[in-house]
Amino acid sequence: MAMEKTSIDFSSTHKVIQKYPQEKRYTLAILQDIQREYNYIPREALLILAKYLNTPLSKLYSMATFYKALSLTPKGDNIIKVCDGTACHIRSSMIIIDEIEKSLHIKPGETSADGRFSLETVNCLGSCAIAPVIVVNETYYGKVTAARIREILGEYGGN
Amino acid sequence: MGANSQKKVLVCCGTGCLANNSLEIYNGLKSKVSAASVAVSVEPIIKATGCNGFCEKGPIVKIMPDDISYYKVKPADVDEIFEKSIMADEVIDRLLYVDVATGKKVQSQNDNDFYKKQMKLALRNIGEIDPADIDDYIERLGYQALNKVLFAMTPAEVISEVAESGLRGRGGAGFPTGRKWKQCAGYDSFPKYVVCNGDEGDPGAFMDRSIMEGDPNSIIEGMLIAGYAIQSEMGYIYIRDEYSLAIKNLAIAIAKAKERGFLGQNILGSGFNFDIQIVRGGGAFVCGESTALMASIEGNVGEPRAKYVRSVEKGLWGQPTILNNVETWANIPLIINNGSEWFRGIGTKGSTGTKVFSLVGKVKNTGLVEVPMGIPLRELIFGIGGGVIGNKKFKAVQSGGPSGGCIPESLLDLNVDFDTLAEAGSMMGSGGMIIMDERTCMVDVARYYVNFLAEESCGKCVPCREGLKRMLEILNDICNGKGQLGDIESLEEICSMTSEAALCGLGKSAPNPVVSTLKYFRDEYIAHIVDKKCPAGICKELTSFYIDQELCIGCGKCKRNCPAMAIEGEAKAFHTLDMQKCIKCGNCIDTCKFNAVKVGEEAI
Repeated sequence: MAMEKTSIDFSSTHKVIQKYPQEKRYTLAILQDIQREYNYIPREALLILAKYLNTPLSKLYSMATFYKALSLTPKGDNIIKVCDGTACHIRSSMIIIDEIEKSLHIKPGETSADGRFSLETVNCLGSCAIAPVIVVNETYYGKVTAARIREILGEYGGN
Repeated sequence: MGANSQKKVLVCCGTGCLANNSLEIYNGLKSKVSAASVAVSVEPIIKATGCNGFCEKGPIVKIMPDDISYYKVKPADVDEIFEKSIMADEVIDRLLYVDVATGKKVQSQNDNDFYKKQMKLALRNIGEIDPADIDDYIERLGYQALNKVLFAMTPAEVISEVAESGLRGRGGAGFPTGRKWKQCAGYDSFPKYVVCNGDEGDPGAFMDRSIMEGDPNSIIEGMLIAGYAIQSEMGYIYIRDEYSLAIKNLAIAIAKAKERGFLGQNILGSGFNFDIQIVRGGGAFVCGESTALMASIEGNVGEPRAKYVRSVEKGLWGQPTILNNVETWANIPLIINNGSEWFRGIGTKGSTGTKVFSLVGKVKNTGLVEVPMGIPLRELIFGIGGGVIGNKKFKAVQSGGPSGGCIPESLLDLNVDFDTLAEAGSMMGSGGMIIMDERTCMVDVARYYVNFLAEESCGKCVPCREGLKRMLEILNDICNGKGQLGDIESLEEICSMTSEAALCGLGKSAPNPVVSTLKYFRDEYIAHIVDKKCPAGICKELTSFYIDQELCIGCGKCKRNCPAMAIEGEAKAFHTLDMQKCIKCGNCIDTCKFNAVKVGEEAI
């Protein structure tokens, strides 16, 4: 499990990285593959990549903190994305975020202490017809109301 | 239509319909057909298409050549559709669209009000073809424009055709496409690059996603034509990280176009070489800005640069580059095929052609619509969009994404094009149209956009980084009931400074939402600051609700929908709301059919 740092096998980092030529322009693509592999970007992987691309670590760090798709901290087992695009916002997505906060005691950008849930907001998933929308892992829930939140979280073992 | 003619079943698999189980419907129909294949003489074809636009009523299943469109189809309907409408020629009434005005059932998509008033150019193939099947595209005149330019036109002729069409960039700013190409062709420095901006970041806009998912070959063909015109051999398509299906479909289309010789070396034997690579974005809104996008392709942090030198001269890797938006690219093959004069005949003098808009928010028919430029705003929102949900009062329409502005009811007769929207203090942007009703707080809307932009500001220049932060602080205070006299003046001052001094388009246009709401909805700001009330009942600190005893009939709907159990009352007797328990989510006011829930304090 990617959550336990001690058990990460970094031989797979090399495998991920070596799919790409040693060119700077692939930096973002490689970082995204690393993110997918571990669910976050471990420091060790950044060090390996810095060597491979012959790039300062600081440069990779600035990329990893600039792009929202990349995260330097491990994410939870279940990732809840609440769409806060304009259409969802004016159909009260902030009430949905409030309810999830109350239920899981985490704010957007945080992961629950037991590592089971991460809460994120996203800027428009283009599913405005079914606003407000939340996505848990890969499953879309449309026309969500505050009253349905507990029921949805319950499917993933939340309370 | 006998059972012997071949039926084609088109199942919409755009993101909106996918979220409503359309894949299950597609797979269900497919397995039904393969199980029955022995029994029929001509096997029906089941196709997964891109987004039909009418996402509100999805999933959509279309049956050709009978021209039947079914809406809100459920996996449970698969058996019945297969038996009645595919194996036989029966129409299932309950799945048809019901005309709002007449109450009649409508069988064909073309007779449906939502589609009838549209003119599909950029979206011409979407919903009609399988994006993964290049033959579907070729069948609908795909790659004919490429053939025409390669063998019958010089690069200069291609550029002048595009210039004469009057086509302006669909990404937002509306820069004339032909002029951009001409400038780039004028620089004698090689290699040159062609870039497609598919980093559609404006919340509430999803036309580019729809084209990339539903008709990827039209983009590839457009870029090929530009490549020929400016003698470039390499193109990049930069796609927003969140759009996985678009990335997948474009990758398939590129691979198949290569197999067929439309991409690669010596294209169609003409000696012209061109290749396209996909670059996946990293989830940064600012990368939709052209210079930031190029920095991101180069493998850097996506920060914009000052444009003393335009990208047409020094763009990607310091080489001449043309960058256009997805919808712009999709228009190019049509202009080449039909000629600039034809294109100029559509739309208005200054804004030719059509524009795709996404109608979202508090509108009945949420979805993508393509209409000629110059359509009155009222026609777009009420004619095609069907008006405001729940017949509530229309308040404003926000266009142009976070860089745009809010347009009030008094300007609804505006004819929409690049110039009129800019005059009204908004902009075309990528074409998002967010409809807002009486339950939308305009101060909260301004705060929403400023918050969005403050988060997405790359931080390189001070006016944008600091200006947005200070604006956000003031707007947060106003929404939280801590607004003070003088806040409006401070906002106005920061707005004018930021728009004057910021480095790129993001910062320069960032004050628009604040400026336009201050211009048209100043009284709402004053209500927040002076009266400490949010008239729309959105800002929690400034809101209270009550139930009007005269209007409440005791149906109990609000009580059932209240997540805080704050409403009490016996059936058929008026209900009361306990503000101590109320979490101000507004469920009650939005679900009450009798307008009995009111914003404010009950007059005693």
